[in-house]
Amino acid sequence: MTIPSNKSNTRIILQLVALTVFMFGFGYALVPLYDTFCLAFGLNGKTGVTDNQSAVARGIDNTRWVTVQFTSHTASGLPWEFTPGQHSVKVRPGQLADAVYTAQNRAQRPVVGRATYSVAPAAAAVHFKKTECFCFTNQVLNPGELKEMPVRFVVDKDLPADIHTITLSYSFFNAEKYLSAKDKAQLGVVKADADGKS
Amino acid sequence: MATAETAHHEHHDHHPTGLMRWVTTTNHKDIGTLYLLFSLLMFMVGGAMAMVIRAELFQPGLQIVDPHFFNQMTTMHALVMIFGAIMPGFVGFANWMLPLMIGAPDMALPRLNNWSFWILPFGFAMLLGSLFTAGGGPAGGWTLYAPLSIQGGMSVDMTIFAVHMLGVSSVLGAINVIVTIFNMRAPGMDLLKMPLFVWTWLITAFLLIAVMPVLAGAVTMLLTDRHFGTAFFDPAGGGDPVLFQHIFWFFGHPEVYILILPAFGILSEIIPTFARKPLFGYVSMVLAVAGIAFLSFIVWAHHMFTVGMPLVGELFFMYSTMLIAIPTGVKIFNWVATMWRGSLTFETPMLFAVSVVFLFTIGGLSGLMLAITPADFQYHDTYFVVAHFHYVLFSGAIMAMMGGAYYWLPKWTGHMYDERLGKWHFWTTAIFFNITFFPQHFLGLAGMPRRIPDYALQFTEFNVISSIGAFGLGISQILFVYVVYKCIQGGERATQEVWDNPRGLEWTLPSPPPYHTFETPPVIK
Amino acid sequence: MLRSSKPFAVLAMFSMLLTATTAVKAEWGLNLPTPVTPIGEEILNLHNLIMLICAVIFVGVFSVMFYSLYAHRKSKGHEASQFSHSTKAEIIWSVIPALILVGMAIPSTATLIHMEDTTEADLTVKITGYQWKWRYDYLDSGFHFYSNLSTDRAQILNEAEKGPNYLLEVDRELVLPVGKKVRFLVTANDVIHAWWVPKLAVKKDAIPGFINEIWTRIDEPGTYRGQCAELCGKDHGFMPIVVRAVPPEEYDAWVAEKQAAMEQAAADGARAWGRNELIAKGKEVHSTCAVCHGADGKGIPNVFPPIAGSDVAQGPVEQHLEVVMNGRQGTPMQAFKHQLNDVELAAVITYQRNSFGNATGDLIQPADVSVLR
Repeated sequence: MTIPSNKSNTRIILQLVALTVFMFGFGYALVPLYDTFCLAFGLNGKTGVTDNQSAVARGIDNTRWVTVQFTSHTASGLPWEFTPGQHSVKVRPGQLADAVYTAQNRAQRPVVGRATYSVAPAAAAVHFKKTECFCFTNQVLNPGELKEMPVRFVVDKDLPADIHTITLSYSFFNAEKYLSAKDKAQLGVVKADADGKS
Repeated sequence: MATAETAHHEHHDHHPTGLMRWVTTTNHKDIGTLYLLFSLLMFMVGGAMAMVIRAELFQPGLQIVDPHFFNQMTTMHALVMIFGAIMPGFVGFANWMLPLMIGAPDMALPRLNNWSFWILPFGFAMLLGSLFTAGGGPAGGWTLYAPLSIQGGMSVDMTIFAVHMLGVSSVLGAINVIVTIFNMRAPGMDLLKMPLFVWTWLITAFLLIAVMPVLAGAVTMLLTDRHFGTAFFDPAGGGDPVLFQHIFWFFGHPEVYILILPAFGILSEIIPTFARKPLFGYVSMVLAVAGIAFLSFIVWAHHMFTVGMPLVGELFFMYSTMLIAIPTGVKIFNWVATMWRGSLTFETPMLFAVSVVFLFTIGGLSGLMLAITPADFQYHDTYFVVAHFHYVLFSGAIMAMMGGAYYWLPKWTGHMYDERLGKWHFWTTAIFFNITFFPQHFLGLAGMPRRIPDYALQFTEFNVISSIGAFGLGISQILFVYVVYKCIQGGERATQEVWDNPRGLEWTLPSPPPYHTFETPPVIK
Repeated sequence: MLRSSKPFAVLAMFSMLLTATTAVKAEWGLNLPTPVTPIGEEILNLHNLIMLICAVIFVGVFSVMFYSLYAHRKSKGHEASQFSHSTKAEIIWSVIPALILVGMAIPSTATLIHMEDTTEADLTVKITGYQWKWRYDYLDSGFHFYSNLSTDRAQILNEAEKGPNYLLEVDRELVLPVGKKVRFLVTANDVIHAWWVPKLAVKKDAIPGFINEIWTRIDEPGTYRGQCAELCGKDHGFMPIVVRAVPPEEYDAWVAEKQAAMEQAAADGARAWGRNELIAKGKEVHSTCAVCHGADGKGIPNVFPPIAGSDVAQGPVEQHLEVVMNGRQGTPMQAFKHQLNDVELAAVITYQRNSFGNATGDLIQPADVSVLR
C-alpha cells in the first residue's frame, strides 16, 4: 500500500482550510483596502479630508481659477427639498472656500436623512479636500424645518493644470433604515414615505 | 471483491445496495457518477429556462412571460448553469478520472467527498425553491449587483444561502482534489508526468479555494446589508455599490477560469488520442494554465469599465486583460500542433474537441475585443457580451464536457455509445449553437442591451434566428440524454483501451473498471 | 407566470415572419451603428481594426488546423509522426502575439485618453436614472424634466400595431446643441442604471450616491436613440433614451422656451386657481391617465380600474392624491409626482373628482399638492 499516512493529509488539509478562512477574511479586508485605494486615487469621487490649518499651509496659487460646481440629489423616499445654495464658485487653488446647501423637510413629521458626496472628475477628487462637511452623519429635520448645511473646502495646488471645473455632488437618502429603535424613539421619527421604492 | 485484506477493509465490503448505496457511498466512481448525473439534470433545468428566455425574445412585444419573471429566468439560468451544470460536471470528471489517472485507489478524503456532493441537491432545492416564494425568484441578475439585490424579496436571501452551500461544496471538493493529487499519486507519477487534465484540476482547485470564500464574503455582506443594518453597499447608509462589483469580480474572473481550465484539460486528453500523437508542448501547456490562473486575479475590473474608473485603472486592466491572450494563444497553437502531422480520425469525442478549439477561439477573440477599454464601452452589457460568454462557456466548457463524456463513457459503462447518434448529437449541437449565438454578436453591435424582455423592431430578425437556433439546440440535448441512457443500458462491449492506443493509466484498466481500482499502485514507466 | 392565453400564436406567425418583417424594418446591422461624434468615430475605427486583426489571426490559425484535418487523416493513410515539442515554435507563437497586442494597445490607449478628457465643456447636463425613467437637469440653465417611455402599452401587449420607434421613444427628449462639447454628470436615484446611446458612443453607469462624468460632441443634427444598459429591475427594458441634436440657435430658443415655461409654472403654482381653469387644465392632463383609464374614465374591466364612480375619486382627497402621486405598489399605477407639477396634479385630480359622473365638488389647489411632496 502506498496510501500515505493520515498525518500528511491532515497537514495539507489544515493549510488549505487556513487558506479558505484567510480568503474569506480577505473578502472583508477588501472593504478597507478599497477605501484606502479610493482615497489614494480618487476612485469613485472619494475625496480627502484635511483640517483648516494644513489646508492653507501651502499658500495660494494665484495663477489660475478653478470653478467648483455644486449639484444635489434627493432620493425618492426622502420628503426633503435639498439644493445647493449656489450654482458654482470660482476659487484659487490653495484657498479655503465656503459653500452651503439647504435642506427643508416637506413632510408633516420629523425625518432623518444621510448624505453621501462624490466629486467629478475622478482625477480631481484627490485634490479636493473638505475641512467641514455634513456627509455620512444623520441629519434630523422637523416638519417644515429649513437647515443650512455648510461645506468648507480647499482645492489642492497639485490639481492637474488641465482641470478647470470640479463638480461636487451630494445625494441625500432616507436614513431611517439605519436607525436603531432607540434612536428612532429619541428622534421621534416615524416610518418615512410610503413610496420609498417608487 | 478480493481486496478484504487491504487496509481499507471497512469501506470495501458490504456496501449498501439500492438508494442507500448512493446516499452513503464514499467511492469516487459512484460519487463521480452522481456529480455527472446531477450536472446533466441541472443542464436540462437551466436549458429549460433558456427556452423560456428565447421564446419570449422570439418576437418583439410581451408574449409569454412578464418582465419580472423574465428577469428571474435570466438570473436563474446563469446560476443553474454555472453552479449546477458546469462546476459539478467538472467535479464529476475529477472524481472519476483523477484517481484513475494518477494510479490512486480513491480520492484522499472519501467521506468528505460524499458530503461535498450531498450538499448540492439541498443547495439547489433552496435556489430553485426561491422561484416559488412570494414575489418569485431572484431577478437582479446572477451577479447580484447591489443595490438592486438589496431591494429583492426573500428569494435573494435563499439565493445567498444557496450560494453559501454551493461554495462549501466546491471548497470541500477542491481540498479533496489537492490532497489527492499531492498525496495519492502512484510511485513514479511525478508532477510533470501527470496528465494535463490532472494539472488543470490542481490549478482549478487552488482557484476555487482562493475565490469561493471571497464570494461567500460578498454575499454575506449583502445579507447583513439587507437585514442587519450594515451599509457596505447601500449608498443610503454611506456604502458603495461599486465596492460590491469589485469584490464580486475578484471572485468572478477567476471563476471564469474555474469554468474553463478543466475543459482545457479534457481537450488535452482527447486530441492526442485521436491524432495518435503525444500532446505538443506539455510543459508550456502547464505553464500556460498556471499563467492564465495567475492573470485571472489581476484583471477583474474589465467587467466593470463603465462604472467610472480613473484612466490609470482603465489602462491597467486593459493591458492585463490583453496579456491573457498570450497563454491562451499558446494553448490553441499547441493543440493545433498536436493535430499537425498526426493520423487523425474523427469519432464523436474528437469532433467535439476540434469544434471546441475552433469555437472557443471565436469567444477568445471576442474577449480580446472586449478587453479594449474604449471599444468595451460600446460592447458592455449588450448581446455582444452574451454571445462572447456563450462561445467560451457553451462551446468551451459544456462542449468539452460532452466530448469528455463520449471519450470516457465506454470506460465508465463498459459499453460503446451509439456512434451514429453521437455524431448526430454533435452536428446538431454545433450547428444550432452557432445559429443561436452568432447572430447575437450582431445584435449587440447594433445596440441591443442584455437582460431585456422586449426589444425595438430593428432587432427582430436576428432574434428570430437566434430563438430558432436555441429551440434546435435545446431539442438536440434530449438526444444527448438518450445516448447516455442507451450507453448505460448496454451496447457493444468496450475493450480495455477503447480507442486506438490511448495514453493514460485509465486505459490499463478493464472497461468498466472494477469498483475498487489501483489498490496496488501501478508501475509508472 | 404564463401570461398569454395563446403561447403558440407566436409559432403560427413564424412562417410569414422573415418575409414580412424583412421588408418593413430589417436593418440587418452587422456592425456598430454609424457614429455621429468624434469619439464614436474613433471607437468605430478601433473596433474595425481590432476585429480585422482578430479575423486575420483566426483565418490564419484555422487554415492550418483545417489543412491538417484534411491532409493528416488516418483514412488517407497518413502516418502519425511523434514530435512533441519545439522550443523555437513555442517562442515564436508567444512573441508574435505579444507584438500584435502592443500594436493593439497603442491606438486603444490614445482613444481612451481622449474619451476621459472632460475639460472645457460648453454645457453640463446632469442625468439621473430612476426606476424606470431618466431625469435631465440642465445645470447651466436651471431647469429639469423627466423622460419616460411613450410607447403605448397596447403595442407592448401586442394589441396594437407597433410604431417604427417601438420602445425607443420618449415623452420628453434630451435636446442638445450640435458642435458643442456637452459634459454629462451621471448619477442614479435608487439602483444602478447605465446611460447609453450607441450612435454617440456614450455609455456610463448611473450609480446612486456617486457621480460619473462623460462628454460628447455631436456633429450632425438628428434624433439618436438608446436604452438603459444595466439591469435595474422589472422595467429595465422600458426606459429608453432619446437625444435630439439641433443647431445651437434652435437650442437656445428651446432653452428660452423651457425657462419661460418654468417661470410660468412657478407663478401658476403660487396662485389660487379658479374652478373652470382647473377643470380645463385637468382635462388636458387627463390624457396621461387616459392611456390606461380611458378618456371617459371607464378604464378596461379587470385590467385597469375605472376612475368613474371609483372609491378613490369619490373618497377622501388625501387618498386620491396619495395614489396619483405615489402610485400603487404591485400594479401598473406609477408614481406621478415626478412627472407632473403641482398645477398639473391639482388640475387633473380636480377634473377627475368632478367628471365622469363623479360629483364631489372638491377643488384642489397647487399649494395643497406642494405640501405633500
